[in-house]
Amino acid sequence: MKNYNFMKNSKTAFIIAAVVLVLGVLSMLIRGFNLDIDFAGGTELSISIGKNVTSELDNIKAIVKDVIGEEASSVAKSGSDANQAIIKTKELSNETTDKLFEALKEKYNLTAETFDSIETVGSTISGDTQKTAIVSCLVAVALILVYITIRFQFTSGLSSIVCLAFNIFTMLAFYSLLQIPVNSNLIAACLTILGYSINATIVVFDRVRENNRKFKLAEFDDNANLAVQQTLARSINTTITTLLTIGMVYILGVDSIKDFALPIIIGIIAGVFSSVFLGAPLWSKFNKIFKVNAKQNKKEKTKKA
Amino acid sequence: MNWFKAVSVSKFLLLILCTVLLFAIVLLGTPDVAFLGSLGVFEEGAITLGLDLNGGSIITYEAVPQDEKGKITADGMADVEEVMRKRLDNMGYTEALVYLIGDNCVRIEIPGISNPTKAVETIGSTAKLSFTDDDGKEFMTGDNVDGAYAQYYDSDNDGIPEWSVSLNLDDDGAVKFANATEKAAALSSQSKNYISIYLDNSVISRASVSGKITGGHASISGDFDQEYAEELAALINGGSLPYDLLCDGTHGSLSSVAASLGERSLETSLIAGGIGILLVLIFMIIMYKFLGVISSLGLLAYTAIMGILLIVTKANLTLPGIAGIILGIGMAVDANVVIFERIKEEIRAGRSTAAAVKAGFSNALSAVIDSNITTLIAAGVLWYLGSGPIQGFAVTLMMSVIVSMFTSVFVTKSYLKIGIDLGITKTSAYGVKIKDISANADKNS
Repeated sequence: MKNYNFMKNSKTAFIIAAVVLVLGVLSMLIRGFNLDIDFAGGTELSISIGKNVTSELDNIKAIVKDVIGEEASSVAKSGSDANQAIIKTKELSNETTDKLFEALKEKYNLTAETFDSIETVGSTISGDTQKTAIVSCLVAVALILVYITIRFQFTSGLSSIVCLAFNIFTMLAFYSLLQIPVNSNLIAACLTILGYSINATIVVFDRVRENNRKFKLAEFDDNANLAVQQTLARSINTTITTLLTIGMVYILGVDSIKDFALPIIIGIIAGVFSSVFLGAPLWSKFNKIFKVNAKQNKKEKTKKA
Repeated sequence: MNWFKAVSVSKFLLLILCTVLLFAIVLLGTPDVAFLGSLGVFEEGAITLGLDLNGGSIITYEAVPQDEKGKITADGMADVEEVMRKRLDNMGYTEALVYLIGDNCVRIEIPGISNPTKAVETIGSTAKLSFTDDDGKEFMTGDNVDGAYAQYYDSDNDGIPEWSVSLNLDDDGAVKFANATEKAAALSSQSKNYISIYLDNSVISRASVSGKITGGHASISGDFDQEYAEELAALINGGSLPYDLLCDGTHGSLSSVAASLGERSLETSLIAGGIGILLVLIFMIIMYKFLGVISSLGLLAYTAIMGILLIVTKANLTLPGIAGIILGIGMAVDANVVIFERIKEEIRAGRSTAAAVKAGFSNALSAVIDSNITTLIAAGVLWYLGSGPIQGFAVTLMMSVIVSMFTSVFVTKSYLKIGIDLGITKTSAYGVKIKDISANADKNS
């Protein structure tokens, strides 16, 4: 692996990235997203019925239809013992929610006073959540671009933005492929990955910068290649340690936190792929497009020794 | 061993003892010593748990003007906030939070209610009191009521005490009430000697009057139980709202988690965190040997400091927040990995271990700082634009980054320096194979 030429073989990497992009777009168009109530509005209720939900699905659906007058959008099982039911419906008023609980309470002889969890989001509020999601991502990306341009170089800033966009897109693609519920956790996951995956890219770029300084006569591509090889161990080990921790959260956590951890895991993997295989080659390509001599600029822009 | 070595060994042991002790204290708690109280992370109430872990509800009401011509104003919303606070205090929800969101929404966070859907209706009711004669003509409103309190006594002289709400009227109200009761009493022949009291357009009391009532006291009675009487008194005391507050499915939002679900979430997350830390420690020691041991000590320090910060700042710990801390552990180790890989490289290039450690730290520092700053930027944006549990995540993520910068750089460096002084300089201890070291030392600038 250490002797792999990342720059010369960048075509393979780009092809893999393109495949992911195409699959992602197809999935988004065909399967669409599983919009949670944060974004689409509606009511989500969770309740422990003390029995295996899978065998009771039809009964629960019938009760819901009876009480609220239309079918539930979905009824799913959850919890390690599959005794918890997650019911999603259109927006319910408080009385209807109570009536539904009473009906289920009677059928399953429950002792609880109400649902384990209730989430009702009116349509006016969900519209706001959508806007916030997009705005926060754009703001964060803009700030990070400014920061990288200050610390490194504009073309490297562009390259890192493309890598970030790829990471976020991959996450969204999997949200669609695996139909992970899209809610305000999406914002947190995206911003976490934005902040985290840029780290790996920075470490590589830092090395490229250093190599350019040390080996002034070598080609940019050779210095960049060397930089990626030198930082490879670090990139992989860091990914492993982070995956160990967030992986445990995914394996052991409750459902709501699983839906949060999985996109982060995907983002981390996409992040290591993009920073190792895409970052430096893109920087080189942008240099050629904008006719920037990376090393020339280095002399004028280097502030910190 | 010589004097220098002895000093180094004692420094090393002292540092280890401090770290482990700190970790133990934060985990297990101290006995109730003077001002320390019991610091332990697992002590009740040491850490402020968010509603999704403790159980509770977040209710967001949308304010709507009471008639079509009305408008929502900033002053009006400020009134709403004040009335809500008073109301919640009077109802006994002393730990509830009330704050405004945007132009026309008010959000309430209440820990531990057992029936959220009912609470939404009660807490959000407009609470407009209206006193009318039997024809429905209003002669007085709640504005003239100074105070209300629930009472348990035999108000109708039938030998059985019951719950009722007594009202104290202000001077103006006393006059109005006296006049109204006088007029009503005069209509007893037509059976119209009744005064009705409305709460938000539904009758809660319709009592007959036999004479003028002066003295400025009125009473509302019906088939009340204690809970209803006290709630009613609280509503009246809080004052009525200038707008209608809606949280009914199309407007506003309700998010409620039962305590049992919250407990489960907390338990599983803690277990996940514990196992995660263990795996990371094992991994680091395998990959980096002695350096790995050092980074493990750094991790212990990180966890301990995070625990203390959470207790001292009373920051709200939510479920995503715990995920943030656990993620932060992986990222804290990241800084160590960057530095250690650099050190290994320097050793391979031929430097002495002492020089390699020094060079490794200084060369890697810029990358560590840059990457942490970008994570802070992202977390900052998230904190500013997010709300509720997401904000909790942003806060713990920011804390994680700052604390990990401290432990991964300073704490680790101190340990390493002492390690060098102790003579732990064999390259194999750092995970570098002898055959990888280049023959001629490359004097890097």
